[in-house]
Amino acid sequence: MPIDPSAWSRRRLLKTSAAVGAGLAMPHVLIRSAWAQDQAFCNNPSGDTVTLGFNVPQSGPYADEGADELRAFQLAVKHLNGEGDGGMMNTLQPSSLKGNGILGKKVAYVTGDTQTKSDAARASAKRMIEADKAIMISGGSSSGVAIAVQSLCQDMGVMFMAGLTHSNDTTGKDKRRYGFRHFFNAYMSGQALGPVLAEEYGKDRRAYHLTADYTWGWTQEESIKNATEGLGWETVEAVRTPLGAGDFSQYLTPVLNSGADVLILNHYGGDMVNSLRQAVTQFDMRSKQVGGKDFQIVVPLFSELMAQGAGEAVKGILGTANWDWKLDNEASKVFAKSFGEEYGSPPSQAAHTCYVQTLLYANAVETAGTFYPPEVIKALEGFEFDGMGNGPTLYRAEDHQCFKDVLVVRGKQEPTNQFDLMEIVKVVPRDQATYDPSIFGGELGPYEVKGCAA
Amino acid sequence: MSETVLTSDKAMGKSPAEKDRKNAGMAGFLSSSNSDYLMAALFALAIFTMPLWLAPIGAGYPDILQKFAIFGIFALGFNILFGFSGYLSFGHAAFLGAGSYAAVWMFKLLSMNAVLAVAFSIVIAGIFALAIGFVSLRRSGIYFSILTLAFAQMSYNLAYSVLTPITNGETGLQISRTDPRVLDNMFREPGAALPVPDFFGIELQGWPGFYFCATLLVLAFFLTMRIKNSTFGMMLFAIKSNQNRMAYTGFSTRPYLLAAFVISGMYAGLAGGLLAVTDPLAGADRMQWTASGEVVLMTILGGVGTLLGPVIGAAVMKYLEQIFSSFNEGVLHRAFDFLTPELQDLMVGITSPFVGEGWHLTLGLMFMIVVIFLPGGIMEGLRRIASATRGRRAGSGDAN
Repeated sequence: MPIDPSAWSRRRLLKTSAAVGAGLAMPHVLIRSAWAQDQAFCNNPSGDTVTLGFNVPQSGPYADEGADELRAFQLAVKHLNGEGDGGMMNTLQPSSLKGNGILGKKVAYVTGDTQTKSDAARASAKRMIEADKAIMISGGSSSGVAIAVQSLCQDMGVMFMAGLTHSNDTTGKDKRRYGFRHFFNAYMSGQALGPVLAEEYGKDRRAYHLTADYTWGWTQEESIKNATEGLGWETVEAVRTPLGAGDFSQYLTPVLNSGADVLILNHYGGDMVNSLRQAVTQFDMRSKQVGGKDFQIVVPLFSELMAQGAGEAVKGILGTANWDWKLDNEASKVFAKSFGEEYGSPPSQAAHTCYVQTLLYANAVETAGTFYPPEVIKALEGFEFDGMGNGPTLYRAEDHQCFKDVLVVRGKQEPTNQFDLMEIVKVVPRDQATYDPSIFGGELGPYEVKGCAA
Repeated sequence: MSETVLTSDKAMGKSPAEKDRKNAGMAGFLSSSNSDYLMAALFALAIFTMPLWLAPIGAGYPDILQKFAIFGIFALGFNILFGFSGYLSFGHAAFLGAGSYAAVWMFKLLSMNAVLAVAFSIVIAGIFALAIGFVSLRRSGIYFSILTLAFAQMSYNLAYSVLTPITNGETGLQISRTDPRVLDNMFREPGAALPVPDFFGIELQGWPGFYFCATLLVLAFFLTMRIKNSTFGMMLFAIKSNQNRMAYTGFSTRPYLLAAFVISGMYAGLAGGLLAVTDPLAGADRMQWTASGEVVLMTILGGVGTLLGPVIGAAVMKYLEQIFSSFNEGVLHRAFDFLTPELQDLMVGITSPFVGEGWHLTLGLMFMIVVIFLPGGIMEGLRRIASATRGRRAGSGDAN
């Protein structure tokens, strides 16, 4: 039998395994940040720039929100690179931000259109990760999309800082280790809105739900139902409507004859604008009386942008919001000013949450001293901060959900200008909106993933 | 019966019609079957080197190339029905969606092996197509289109809100760690992370995923070519030119049409299965009428009835959707930075409505230009260019 020189001798095997062993042990000897830099991970920025991916709906029912989110992202990038007035970088406490990019690398960004469809959003996110080498993906405006992109980011080992997504599932049953959400959720809306509804409309009411037929709508319907039924309300019926339906008259027609005296619209964006306008103007519901009570409409989640779209119809409507530019605190003022000077209009809550998420990511990277995602994730988990416009806020480690005060808002009767359409009825303290993370189930998954570097 | 026709294509090689088509085409000097192989080989070469030659225009990354290949298959299959027999189906997305759901269920229940999933999705889509085709093909023309559209919308609504235990509604069907996966779990313990579809151990994400799809595209292309050159293909073309005459000569056209419909549905199922292989998630969006319309656009854009056209059309559409939609003003400014600042702003102002969220506008314009000036699609444009250059070289403008 010929001697095969390529075969492994015992000596060579021993030598190699010793070397491999030493190599594997090395990282544990060195300090944390030094070895993390050498880790192979997805899209480790090698040049002097770092790329962030902003994946927002530029078409479909949430296009207005998407456009405002994109403006906020651009502003955040500007501020991170030390241009402009710095915005909330000056108010964030505690902060490691330096205003020279992230870890000294200039921040660049790429954008994409989610079309409010899971497939398109994932394709767009994949492009950002594979072609543009984005180290972090942010954006949203539809919970279905946010959840789909979040799980993709977990698989690829890229962090996802969710933009506007309000479904309980995003940080509930579909939560992921690589996904973080600053925005509040439907459960918190229910907890905050319930007592106000009881106060305003009494404890003996019959509610009719119209619900956008996807994850966000379902969880919001459930949360509001639980909260209102807890007060003694009765739910007459809950009807699902397709996302982006455009015309809601067929769903609104049965409402007045159903015996319900409150209509709860679990709609958002363009859908909410259409359904609310139709309910108020076409069906004239707010001037009706049912069983001696004034008919009321509630929109559990609404925003300045939607109020602009709905116009007159929004007057007197109760709902909740994550943030409002008229909030009386230093950070909100600074941000509203900075945004207003840049774009000529005050920021929406969608813009706010996206701006904050970008800054929080950058701050976590600076704190960790590395872009290596597991370290950045650990820096964000349990991070307690202030000065982002919502008062003291906690990024809970168990489900990556932010806990902060929730606003109950109402459409203003006498708006002074086109940006002053909502008034803050009540600021519900954080403790009242906090819940046990185990009620929604789900699991975060591992810190270390093979990701796209493999 | 279609199978017997399919295998007898050798006899067709030297028919006059065949020769005419070949002369009008690219390689008249080769015998038909050799030129078939040559064309398939060239096609395979072009597809497998896509990562190299598409990189300069920003499309050299796995996800978009996977999409090129997958939607290429989808359009190829659609073309068998629409391009060959002239029957315009407006509901092909139903088969794409059915294929995706079938593949994901295979991942959930049996194994992450892509071969099983893809085979199952072809079978399910085939059964679907048989049922829908059986009913829809009782009518022709616009009535056929409307029937298929109705069936597809029905499937979409079923998937979206009625059959949610099977489809998981709007959120989409996803795999999870706790799925049974009977075959896989017999051999190994489930890991901590979500499993990834594989081809006997090769994980089909990124580049391996692309080569898997590309191989299937080449096979699909070759099969389509054989179908086109077969007697069966001939029958389909005869139906397209005059279905009545075909019937008067004693042929029953329905079986041929049904076979074409099922084959093209199976192509769509394959494409849907591959979508699930490269990204194990199936949503109802894939069944929506916009997805059905997309494949019609792809085929017309590329060239109805041609072999290569639908593949090119699919690639162009996906390129517009992915790359054009990602251009923002910053990118435009960089593209025009060789100009003076004023000119730069002007150029950015002119071009920005056509990129970013305006990519639909570009697509629409392109579609209009193609339909008005090049009714044969991009393929006709290429042919005209080819014949123009050939004519200049030989001093005589022959060709079509």
